[in-house]
Amino acid sequence: MIQAIVFLPLIGALLAAAIALFGAHARNPSGDTVEHDAAHGHGHAATGHAAPTGGDAAVIHAAHDEPDAHDDHGHDHPVEPPAAGSRAAELITTGLLLVSAGLSWLALVDVGFMHHDVRIPLLPWINSGDLQVAWTLRVDTLTAVMLVVVNTVSSLVHLYSIGYMNDDPHRPRFFAYLSLFTFAMLMLVTADNLVQMFFGWEGVGLASYLLIGFWYQKPEANAAAIKAFVVNRVGDFGFLLGIFAIFMLVGSIDFETIFAAAPGLTGKTINFFGWHADALTLTCLFLFMGAMGKSAQFLLHTWLPDAMEGPTPVSALIHAATMVTAGVFMVARLSPLFELAPDAQNVVIFFGATTAFFAATIGLVQNDIKRIVAYSTCSQLGYMFVAMGTGAYSVGMFHLFTHAFFKALLFLGSGSVIHAMHHEQDIRHMGGLKDKIPFTYIVMVIGTLALTGFPLTAGYFSKDAIIEAAFASHHTMAFYGFLMTVIAAGLTSFYSWRLIFKTFHGTPHDQKHYEAAHESPYWMLIPLVVLAAGSILAGFPFKEVFAGHGVGEFFRESLKMNPHIIDEMHHIPVAVAYLPTAMMALGFVVSWMFYIRKPYLPVELANQHQLLYKFLLNKWYFDELYDLIFVRPAKRIGRFLWKAGDGTIIDGLGPDGVSARVLDITRGAVRLQTGYLYHYAFAMLVGVAGLITWFMLGGGGR
Amino acid sequence: MSASIMTWPILSVVTFLPLVGAALLLMIRGSDAPAQRNARWIALWTTLITFAVSLILVARFDASQAGFQFVEKAPWLAAGIGYHMGVDGISLPFVILTTGLMPFCIIASWKSITRRVGEYMMAFLVLETLMIGTFSALDLVLFYLFFEGGLIPMFLIIGVWGGPRRVYASFKFFLYTLLGSVLMLLAIMALYLNAGTTDIPTLMQTAVPRSLQTWAWLAFFASFAVKMPMWPVHTWLPDAHVEAPTAGSVVLAAIMLKMGGYGFLRFSLPMFPDASHDFAPLIFALSVIAIVYTSLVALMQEDIKKLIAYSSVAHMGFVTMGIFAGTTQGVAGGVFQMISHGIVSGALFLCVGIVYDRMHTREISAYGGLVNRMPIYAVVFMVFTMANVGLPGTSGFVGEFLTLLGTFKVNIPTATVATLGVILSAAYALWLYRKVVFGALVKPSLASIKDLTWRESLTLVPLVILTLLFGVYPKPVLDMSAASVQHLVTTYAAAASAVKAAALVP
Repeated sequence: MIQAIVFLPLIGALLAAAIALFGAHARNPSGDTVEHDAAHGHGHAATGHAAPTGGDAAVIHAAHDEPDAHDDHGHDHPVEPPAAGSRAAELITTGLLLVSAGLSWLALVDVGFMHHDVRIPLLPWINSGDLQVAWTLRVDTLTAVMLVVVNTVSSLVHLYSIGYMNDDPHRPRFFAYLSLFTFAMLMLVTADNLVQMFFGWEGVGLASYLLIGFWYQKPEANAAAIKAFVVNRVGDFGFLLGIFAIFMLVGSIDFETIFAAAPGLTGKTINFFGWHADALTLTCLFLFMGAMGKSAQFLLHTWLPDAMEGPTPVSALIHAATMVTAGVFMVARLSPLFELAPDAQNVVIFFGATTAFFAATIGLVQNDIKRIVAYSTCSQLGYMFVAMGTGAYSVGMFHLFTHAFFKALLFLGSGSVIHAMHHEQDIRHMGGLKDKIPFTYIVMVIGTLALTGFPLTAGYFSKDAIIEAAFASHHTMAFYGFLMTVIAAGLTSFYSWRLIFKTFHGTPHDQKHYEAAHESPYWMLIPLVVLAAGSILAGFPFKEVFAGHGVGEFFRESLKMNPHIIDEMHHIPVAVAYLPTAMMALGFVVSWMFYIRKPYLPVELANQHQLLYKFLLNKWYFDELYDLIFVRPAKRIGRFLWKAGDGTIIDGLGPDGVSARVLDITRGAVRLQTGYLYHYAFAMLVGVAGLITWFMLGGGGR
Repeated sequence: MSASIMTWPILSVVTFLPLVGAALLLMIRGSDAPAQRNARWIALWTTLITFAVSLILVARFDASQAGFQFVEKAPWLAAGIGYHMGVDGISLPFVILTTGLMPFCIIASWKSITRRVGEYMMAFLVLETLMIGTFSALDLVLFYLFFEGGLIPMFLIIGVWGGPRRVYASFKFFLYTLLGSVLMLLAIMALYLNAGTTDIPTLMQTAVPRSLQTWAWLAFFASFAVKMPMWPVHTWLPDAHVEAPTAGSVVLAAIMLKMGGYGFLRFSLPMFPDASHDFAPLIFALSVIAIVYTSLVALMQEDIKKLIAYSSVAHMGFVTMGIFAGTTQGVAGGVFQMISHGIVSGALFLCVGIVYDRMHTREISAYGGLVNRMPIYAVVFMVFTMANVGLPGTSGFVGEFLTLLGTFKVNIPTATVATLGVILSAAYALWLYRKVVFGALVKPSLASIKDLTWRESLTLVPLVILTLLFGVYPKPVLDMSAASVQHLVTTYAAAASAVKAAALVP
């Protein structure tokens, strides 16, 4: 069953990829000659698809009947015919994913409640000396929870994409990427060792890169794709060092062996560039660096908002519900290590709390509907890390679980809005849409309620539990974590309602788009219903097993919790328990004041505090800062090393210099050979005179 | 010894079979179309048969043995200098890499070479013999002949069939490598005087005096460092690659660079363990500089081939680092990385050759948006780009990971700085891919470019399969070399600890 869950998406991906490739090949002829003909000068639109063959012809005629393509998709050229077999690719991948999702729920019941952990060895992978890495599927409760999250959201996103991507000509490729991503994510969560986890880790990175850059003709999409990959690689740098350090300390990278050896590592040190660091702390910090990259935490967050260049279903699946939570999952998986490294835990709380606050402040002023949700994701991931840092791993996983539902809902809802508005994403151009797309409005409100933690929604249980855990924890950073998450709760509420008010309430700002707005097709609405249901129901029924007294029995060995945290969470002052709800209400009221009651207020405020406003609007100037201190110097150094290092110094002193000197000498020698007899005779005379002198004056004779 | 049950000198047959093909080519007269066609087919069949025969080596190879197999011995020049051939787990993968890649080189040159086809093919076949010989020679003089002999056909391939600056490039290549080899020849003579033989297995067991070790190590190093190439003697490589014809670049990157790494494994570590140990910090420093420096330089390249050439230097940095870490993972990773890089960089140069044949330019800025017209090419190029980046699941990851893992145990700062390479390689490789393949196709000159032909797919698809196969299941290569690597590491560690013990005694 586990094999089916993991490999069905891969099969779907391969089939869809084959369909995509065959389709693409049929439309693009082979040949190693290039016609250099002036007639082709006006670009490929005229010649690109001049050779449709056989079955493609009908498809192309159908394409001409379709309504206009949307420029925002990045297709700045005439309509391309949809690839042949698009529908087949969609149905295959979606069907397989639905099966996989169904099986995942069974697996959760089997593993989580019936206590049947599984470990399935598949193949040996890298064996060298004492390093033994094998492809193995490991399913315990922690993994089972992730399987459910990943496959449920993924199958819904597949379904939704059938509607959303309807007029895109490259659908088979899109679905192949989506399924490939799902497979990589499943490999990540079922990993039994660090290297396989790294495989999944990089695999989702690849899929994310491909999907962000899906509309490859858009320069911004390409730039965002590279940025996502490279920034993630910065995190991977840490992840790799963490793996190396663990192998050095333990001699193995299997989770079982590492966890068994972990207690023995306390007190050991590693000499890292002269710094005698505590071995476990350093290792955990390295690994956490990887988590920061993948989960877009403060300092390594810059790629996530840019990733919104990808199609909206991608944002929902990868950049909200699943991939970005991989970092959280990783810390949870390695909880036996983190529990032994309190300093590292403090760092985790610090970064989580900072991210929660910082991303929320940026979210306050953004105008792109997807970017608001993206910053909100960033902020919520910060919450999860705060929980991880306090040792309340199950609580963090709880928020991961609920967040997957309501954040995917918000993204897909935003997608529905964007779809309705013909790919308009700026909320300043929206307004009053609640009458035009009432269904989308309702689900978006449900998502917002869950996100802001309205009582009894899913987010209420998980988010409040995190804030309680931060309050109850005894870590040095815990109070900072508590403070930041409480403030962020208010900010979250404010920007979430701002989004709703500006999009759905008030008066339309763009009459043309408003008039044309239409509700989305059923393909898209059904997933929204399911996710909306999840956003309400994912909280209460699971409260006991994630954040109550059922934790120990549910998660068993898969998490090593801080042993006291759950108890202490239940004994905090009542006032503290109500604080997040109060903050939520406050955020709502302010938002209502600003955007419904007195819409002139925010403008005045922005004008009064220009500096702060610009600071937030420009995302704390991180992109500019990184460009200044990393990107540009790297290019400058690269050019310098190339021109000066390789060119002037190495070649100049090396081969070029040597050959130049040789040439100089030969040129001089050539000049001596004038061809005049008397020159040579003179030279001989001088030589003979010199020799005689030498002999006479001593040297040679003796 | 498995040699005794051998009925025919299989290794010599593999080595010299290409020469037979070259002799056949000599017989072709004229340069008209049929003659050219015959030359191509003869070369292709020769390389294919050689490859097939070399597979017998794989089938009969006993991977559990660390020693040399398929050994052949015959008297040759003098008492201590004989014809001695054999392979172990470290050299056999390189032999197979060579025989396996040659057919691709011939196919890749099928249409792009139209001048002096017979001579071109002959140069490649001679080169193949010399390369196989380098990896299977067990006598220093024999090794030297093969090792240096390889220079000549490569010099001709670049100098005759190369690009506009071919003369500059081939001389630079020749000068650099010659400088190293002269020093190596001196060291070989010194070793002969010391041990009275140039037999490699004997020399491996002969203790070399400390002072001689240092000098001999440096002399060998001069030769191998140029071949690798290591920073700062790497500048010949970009020029040679840029000017060489496609197949020349493939051989250069995929096989000839590996001779340096192979030399370190075969000579420096086993014969001069003390000196290797002493100089390891130097190698670490140079490797790390190579990784970071050349990656940064690669970031700024405007020529596709130069970019890949610089990335090769960076990847070879991982190899030298891993080898001199002297740990099982480091050395095994070094071997694997070389094989993987052979496949991946060879394929990358083939990819460049494909667009070069169409557009006759290697300027990155002359391309853009190829995916719109060449979807299959885009997929293939993506696979190799990702392998170059070291994505897990491709063969590029395994070698990089093992070398870094093996080095971290020995020297944390080296491994840490070298790991920066994973960030930089992603930056330059993806940047190249974006500039060449992604984007809208707006350049008029590209408007009618066409996708891969059958012939081109034939050269690339097997390499795609190997790249992915060895990424998911690298066991065949790792197992083949495991016993020999383990033996090498054990003796090296024993020698190094003996030195330490000796230092402690007084």
